[in-house]
Amino acid sequence: MPVSMKNSQLIYDALKACDVRMMSALPETWLVHLIRLADDDPDVTLVRLAKEEEGVGISAGAHMAGVKSAMMCQNHGFLQSINGIVTLAHLYKIPLLMLISYRGEMGERDPWQTQGGAVTEVLLRDLGIPYERLDSPDHVASRIRKAQALAESALKPVALLLCRDLMWEE
Amino acid sequence: MQRMEAIEAVYPHLKESIVVTIMGAVAWEMQHLGHRPNFFYMQHSMGLASSMGLGIALSRPELPVVVLDGDGSILMNLGSLTTMARYHPQNLVHIVFDNESLLSVGGFPTATATGTDIAGMARAAGIMRATTVRTIPEFVAAFDEARAAGEMATIVAKVEAINVAPRFVTDLPLLENRFQFQRHLREIRETD
Repeated sequence: MPVSMKNSQLIYDALKACDVRMMSALPETWLVHLIRLADDDPDVTLVRLAKEEEGVGISAGAHMAGVKSAMMCQNHGFLQSINGIVTLAHLYKIPLLMLISYRGEMGERDPWQTQGGAVTEVLLRDLGIPYERLDSPDHVASRIRKAQALAESALKPVALLLCRDLMWEE
Repeated sequence: MQRMEAIEAVYPHLKESIVVTIMGAVAWEMQHLGHRPNFFYMQHSMGLASSMGLGIALSRPELPVVVLDGDGSILMNLGSLTTMARYHPQNLVHIVFDNESLLSVGGFPTATATGTDIAGMARAAGIMRATTVRTIPEFVAAFDEARAAGEMATIVAKVEAINVAPRFVTDLPLLENRFQFQRHLREIRETD
């Protein structure tokens, strides 16, 4: 499976450098290495979700309890979580760091991913969620560090889009 | 049994616990009995109270955490039963007040009115200590046993579909509650 182990490790190390100690995730192909890294790490609590919106609640609880967290999902999982994002993360000013695998962009071969790909950035903008693309290993560490800093200072959801050029090697 | 009587019966323990409630009448009843900085009222995001309680329980295993959920709410996030079962934090008691109704929006019946068994679903999800209670003494006993057992529990308390709250908006703004609750959790860590 040509998911980049090297770049997944870069992302993971950057999250650890931000003191993220709880990660919630629902598996998707581009996230396999990240989820395994979290699962193997005794210093990180991995919460495997049944549905992505639960991750908003998990992160809200972790934040209240003083633990930095991140939520990892596919962009369709972000779509699934929108009510929780609006009625918990936005309403109660919760810093929610989301790492969203950005399926359905240029280069996508799976027809079923294309509709979600077409609406992801539109919805992030309409929801007032600051976001950046992660599409090169050069800026992974700095963009994750800055996104985490903004989530904590603005007390709001912030998204990083894990893009094909970073995650997929072929 | 009436929900507010059930809450009142365990209120001395709730005072000493980290409590996450669902919206509306439950939040009003808790505030009527006496607001505390360790109580958080999730006034929207139906279904996520149990997820938030799980996030707190896993982050702070030294603290007793109680979630006051409802049938309408947990039915919107049944996957949460499986996630709680997976991690089954021993410091989490998940109470579901089941009035078989979406009372605050017209009293329309939920699926528990026609036989859906939330405790049965919790057990099937993997929460071994899952029970249904129908009286105050049964409820208090189940709550005490869950705390003594040191094992995650789901307690489904069948309650009457009556509303005692004169209104749902209280004089505690959402963000005041949120920041007070977070500060309380921070302070009890610092004084440890």
